[in-house]
Amino acid sequence: MSEHDARAVDLTPDRGNLVANASVDPGQLSYRQLVWRRFRRSKLALIGGTVLMVFYGMALFAEFFAPYDANRDNARLRYVPPQTIHFRGPDGFSWPPFVYGLTQTRDPETRELIFTQDISRRYPVRLLHRGDPYRLWGIFPCDLHLIGSDGPMYLLGTDRMGRDLLSRILYGGRISLTVGLVGVLLSVLLGSILGTISGYWGGVVDLLMQRLIELLSAFPAIPLWMALAAALPPHWTGIQVYFGITVILSLLGWGGLARQVRGKVLAMREQDFVLAARAAGAGHWYILTRHLLPTAYSHIIVVATLAIPGMILGETALSFLGLGIRPPLTSWGVLLEEAQRVTVVLHYPWLLLPAVPVVLVVIGYNFVGDALRDAADPYST
Amino acid sequence: MIHYIVRRLLLAIPTLIAISILSFVIIQLPPGDYLDERIAQLEQQYGDSSSLAQAEQLRKQYGLDRPMPERYWKWVSGFVRGDFGDSFRYEKPVNELIYERLGFTVMLSVGSLLFTYALAIPIGIYSATHRYHWSDNMLTLLAFFGMSLPGFLIALVIIVVVYQVFGVPLFGLFSPYYQQMSGWSWGKVMDLLNHLWVPLIVISLNGTAALMRVMRGNLLDVLGEPFVRTARAKGLKESVVVVRHAARIAINPLISMMGMSLPEILSGTTIVSIVLNLPTVGPLLLQALQDQDMYLAGTIILFMSLLLIIGNLLADIALAWADPRIRYE
Repeated sequence: MSEHDARAVDLTPDRGNLVANASVDPGQLSYRQLVWRRFRRSKLALIGGTVLMVFYGMALFAEFFAPYDANRDNARLRYVPPQTIHFRGPDGFSWPPFVYGLTQTRDPETRELIFTQDISRRYPVRLLHRGDPYRLWGIFPCDLHLIGSDGPMYLLGTDRMGRDLLSRILYGGRISLTVGLVGVLLSVLLGSILGTISGYWGGVVDLLMQRLIELLSAFPAIPLWMALAAALPPHWTGIQVYFGITVILSLLGWGGLARQVRGKVLAMREQDFVLAARAAGAGHWYILTRHLLPTAYSHIIVVATLAIPGMILGETALSFLGLGIRPPLTSWGVLLEEAQRVTVVLHYPWLLLPAVPVVLVVIGYNFVGDALRDAADPYST
Repeated sequence: MIHYIVRRLLLAIPTLIAISILSFVIIQLPPGDYLDERIAQLEQQYGDSSSLAQAEQLRKQYGLDRPMPERYWKWVSGFVRGDFGDSFRYEKPVNELIYERLGFTVMLSVGSLLFTYALAIPIGIYSATHRYHWSDNMLTLLAFFGMSLPGFLIALVIIVVVYQVFGVPLFGLFSPYYQQMSGWSWGKVMDLLNHLWVPLIVISLNGTAALMRVMRGNLLDVLGEPFVRTARAKGLKESVVVVRHAARIAINPLISMMGMSLPEILSGTTIVSIVLNLPTVGPLLLQALQDQDMYLAGTIILFMSLLLIIGNLLADIALAWADPRIRYE
C-alpha cells in the first residue's frame, strides 16, 4: 500500500467518508501497517522522532556540521562566552551575516580575563566555509564546513583550553548517542537469550536465572555502575573503555528484559501452534527462533527503546563523575565534567550547555518509546 | 503477619551473602591494589625503592598478600562484631567513617521517598480527574521532562540560579558555622532544614514524574469500575468518591512500587550528594573507588544493598497493611 493510501485511511473516520473507508479495510492491513497507523497518531512521538533523526544526522556528519576541529585548542581564547551571529550592523541589514571580533580585558578586581565584543572589527560568517581540514569518517579528505568564519566564531563559547564548545558537542554526540544503542543491543541479546532459555526450559535453570535477576535488581544502579567503571584498567585505550562502559551499562539492563521475554515465552510455550510444531518434528532451536521469539519482537523493541535513554543518562553520569569515557574521546558527559566544579559553572555558565542535547535526546526517546508501547498492540482500542 | 516477616527476613540472608560476595569481587576487580599506588607515590617522592620493604610490611598488615577467599572470609567474619575492616586512605576503621554518613543517607533517601509520594499522589489524582484538560496535558508534558532530566544537572542549575539571584551558596547540609559545631541544637536543626530542600526536590523529581503517571493511569482504571458507579449512585459527593473510594484502591500498586523506586532514589542520592557535596556515603564511595580503598567501597555498597532489602520488606508490610485483601498465610 502506498503512503498516499495510508494517509487517506487515517482521515476517513473524521470525515465519515464511507467510500474511502470501504476501499481500505483495516482488517487487510499488515501488523506493521497497523502499528505505523497507531504510532502516527501521537504528535509527541513524531516530534521526538524528528529530534532524534536531526541529532543522529548531525552526529553522523559531525565533521561537516562542526565549524572547527573538536580538539583544536587556542590558549589565548579560553572561556570565550558564546558569540551571536548578527544580521544587522549599525548601518542596517547585512549580508553575509557577521560576528564581531573579540577584545580581551582584565577585570580590575578579580584579575580575571574577560572577553568583550569589538564592534570595530567584523568577520563575515559564510555557508559552506573552507576551514579545518578533516577526513569524513576517517576516509574522505575534505575541508568543507556548514558555516565558518575567518575570525573567531564561537557560537556556544569555548572551554578552558579554548576549544569550540559547539564543535565538541557535535563530535561528542557520536559517543553519547551510540552508547545507548550498543548498550541496548547487548542487553537485548543477553535478555532475550537468557529470557527464552529461562521460560522455555523452566525448572532449575529458570529458578537460578530468576534469583540472579532479583539479585541484580537489588543493587542500586549508579553505585554499581560506578564500582564497575572504576574497575576498568587505566591503561585501556579509548575504544576499549567505550566498549567497557557499554558492557557495564547493559549488565544491569538485561534483567528486566529477560523477565518480560520469559513471561511471554512461558505463556506461548503450551499454545497449540507450538505443540503442533513440536509434533511435526521441529527442534528446540527452530521453535525458539521461528515461533517463540517473533511473538515477543514488538515487546522487545518497546522495552529496548525505553531502555536507551536510561543508558544515555548512565553514560553521562559516569563520565560526569570522571569514571566513564576518558579524554581525548569526547561525549556529552565528558564535556559536562568540566562543569563539575560549581565555582567554574558560576563563572562560565555556558559550560552547562552540553546538557541541552542530553535532555532533548532523552525526551525524544521517551516520546517515541511511549507511543511505540501504545502502538505495539494495535488491536486494542 | 509475624510469620511472613520472619520468613522474609530468613530469605534475605542468602541474598545478603550473595551480595557481600558480589560486592567483594567487584571491588577486587581493578588490577593492583591500594598499596601499588602508594608505593608509586613514595617512589616518586624519594626517588628510590627504599620504601619497598615498608610497603611489604603494610601489605602483610592489611592481609593483602593472602588469597582472595581468605581475605573475603576475614572481612565477612568481622561483621558480627561490627568490624568492617580498615580504610587504607584514612587509616581508620570503616564503621567509624560511614556511621554518621549512613544516617544522613537514610534520612535523605527516606525524606525523598516521602516527598515523592506526597507530591505524586495528589498530582496524579488531579491529572486523572481532569483528563485531557489543558492542565492534564501540561502535567503530562512536565512529567516527560521530569523523567528525562538527570538529577545532577538540575542540582547544578539550581545552585547557579540560587547563587546568582540570592547570592547564597547551597552546598552541603549545614552552613560553615554549624558545620563545626558538634552535637545538635535548635539552630542547627533549622539550618539543616534550610539546606535540605534542594537535595530533596532534586532527588524526588524523577520519581515524582514517573509515579504521578502511574497514579493517573491506575485511578483512571479504577474510576471505570462498577463500585465507583455505585458510590456515585448513592449520591456521595464527587470528592468523596474519588478520594475515599477510588484513590484508596488506586494507591495500592504505588505502595508495592515503593520497593522498586528505592534503588532509583538511592542512586539519585549518591550522585546528587557528589554534586552538592552532601555528607552522605555517595562522595565517600566515589573517593574510595578512585583510591581502590576496597574495604570502604565494599562496605558502602553492601550497606546500600542492605538498605534496599529492608526497604523492600517495609514496602511489602505497608502493602499488607493498606490492602486488607492481601493474605500471606
